[in-house]
Amino acid sequence: MPSSTVIRGGGFRPAAYGAMLLGTAFVFIISVCLGSVSVPLRDVFASVAAALSGEKQLLTGHSDIILSVRIPRVLCVALTGASLSLCGAAMQGILRNPLADGSTLGVSGGASLGAVLAISFGSRLPFFGGGGVVVTAIVFAFMSLAVILGLSHKLDRSLSTNTIILTGIVYSMFVSSIISLVIAFAGDKVKTITFWTMGSLANTDYLNVLTILTALLLCASLILMRSRELNAFALGEDNARSVGVNVKRVKLELLIAVSILIGVCVSIGGTIGFVGLVSPHMTRMLTGPNHKRLLSASMFFGACFLMLADLLSRTIVRPMELPVGVVTSFIGAVAFVFIFKKSGRVG
Amino acid sequence: MLKVENLGVSYGDLKILDGLSFTLEQGQWLMIAGPNGAGKSTVLRALSRGCRYTGQISLKGRDIKRFKPHILAQKLGFLSQRHEVTYPFKVREVVALGRYAHSKNALYGGAAGDEEKVSEALSLTGLSELAEKSVLELSGGELQRTFIAQLFAQDPDIIVLDEPTNSLDLIYQKQVFQLIEGWIKKEGRAVISVVHDLSLARLYGTKAILLDRGRVVAMGQPEKVISEKYLNPVYSMDVSGYMREILSTWQRG
Repeated sequence: MPSSTVIRGGGFRPAAYGAMLLGTAFVFIISVCLGSVSVPLRDVFASVAAALSGEKQLLTGHSDIILSVRIPRVLCVALTGASLSLCGAAMQGILRNPLADGSTLGVSGGASLGAVLAISFGSRLPFFGGGGVVVTAIVFAFMSLAVILGLSHKLDRSLSTNTIILTGIVYSMFVSSIISLVIAFAGDKVKTITFWTMGSLANTDYLNVLTILTALLLCASLILMRSRELNAFALGEDNARSVGVNVKRVKLELLIAVSILIGVCVSIGGTIGFVGLVSPHMTRMLTGPNHKRLLSASMFFGACFLMLADLLSRTIVRPMELPVGVVTSFIGAVAFVFIFKKSGRVG
Repeated sequence: MLKVENLGVSYGDLKILDGLSFTLEQGQWLMIAGPNGAGKSTVLRALSRGCRYTGQISLKGRDIKRFKPHILAQKLGFLSQRHEVTYPFKVREVVALGRYAHSKNALYGGAAGDEEKVSEALSLTGLSELAEKSVLELSGGELQRTFIAQLFAQDPDIIVLDEPTNSLDLIYQKQVFQLIEGWIKKEGRAVISVVHDLSLARLYGTKAILLDRGRVVAMGQPEKVISEKYLNPVYSMDVSGYMREILSTWQRG
């Protein structure tokens, strides 16, 4: 009965989660098999079995590619896609703005600046060691969000869609000029830094997988627990306050969670634009706007979206490879226009 | 029930409200009237804790700043002037959010009796048929009733309305005011509303405050407050004369 699903959470039935998991697994396997060198499916299974059981006789000629290149990379891609998509969905809810996303708001840009600064000045924070890049990216992501929202609020108290997006664009340009400045003085680190501005998950390893997975588990559970509050925010901050949401606290919690996730993703894969814009939007068309469904479905959808985009980037100009950010930005720019037009008609 | 003492709100050096005090007892419908910029909506913003204020607002003897947001929402609910619908939520989903304050801590957000309250609110506002419809497809009147239904589902002791019938057709205006009039009859309830239409303030109000540039001009019985004596200087015109002129077109018909 529809009435009980709405009140009792309105989440998915277990079967629906199973179906989404299955779909994601299917895309995952395809992504592992295909690439500059295509690998037969049975080799994939044999290699995984070999790695898990430790029986060397199961290894095939492709095992090395599969185990140390493809699988960690595709895992990173899937987790990054899920993270960015979840962040997009959460920000679109908090700001009641269907165009909000780490890249359109300039948060990813801010995080990149943090990462670039950390790389070029070789910053090694006490206690964090090599994790300095990740931590700086997170801190810069949060500061960027604070600056962008604070500035938008000063310019336009009602925080309209256009004001936030414009502020985001201006902020992105500002940040990219500083990044260029840093690059000019970076000398031998130019090549590493250029990587951030493109956005690519090539050459990622299992440590990266573990880092994103940890951040995702932590932040996703926090964000998913706030589904009802996000529904309230999506109907306006005044409405959220009226129904009894602790507006300031919930907003701060969510923005911190989003910053951590974006910071971690950017520090590993650079700026991969528009994933958080395209994927929640497409998900919303299927699930409706209720965050009880939207958030979890967005994660699966985002994982699949980025895996397919990454697959495209690896195969479209074979044997060369495009950074995945190029592919997502291409799709995202078109989607942005489409969503902007649609939301303009409605709002 | 509600006691406001020496309420003041400023934005920078600009004083929007200055030294406003009033009380609200159960069964009362308080109308706040005044020209544009008088500070009417700001009173409501302060009550909803949507802005900083000086002075004290207390509910049943307790400072509202000391309530947790969801506890306050069980006692005080707000209807804002504009509704910001961007996403295609269903009418029922919007109304069900009204139960947030009562089942905030329930893992899946569903305390006993929530469903009944939501269905009751939907039928009270005549929305049962539209429950599964997207809010983006509603008319202005239907949308306003959806948020009133959310308030009814929230079931607070006091509801606060900011121009509840702004830009609504006459038929909806009448519907909304009659809904509120019915709601207030139950024991322990009261209403505060900001209204632009002075006739409505006289018709439905049981108490009225006339504001001008952040200060109280008059307070008390609606017929006395919303009267020539106070209105003409505040609006700088012959208010009741103009009202009579408007109405006289009907007598000629």
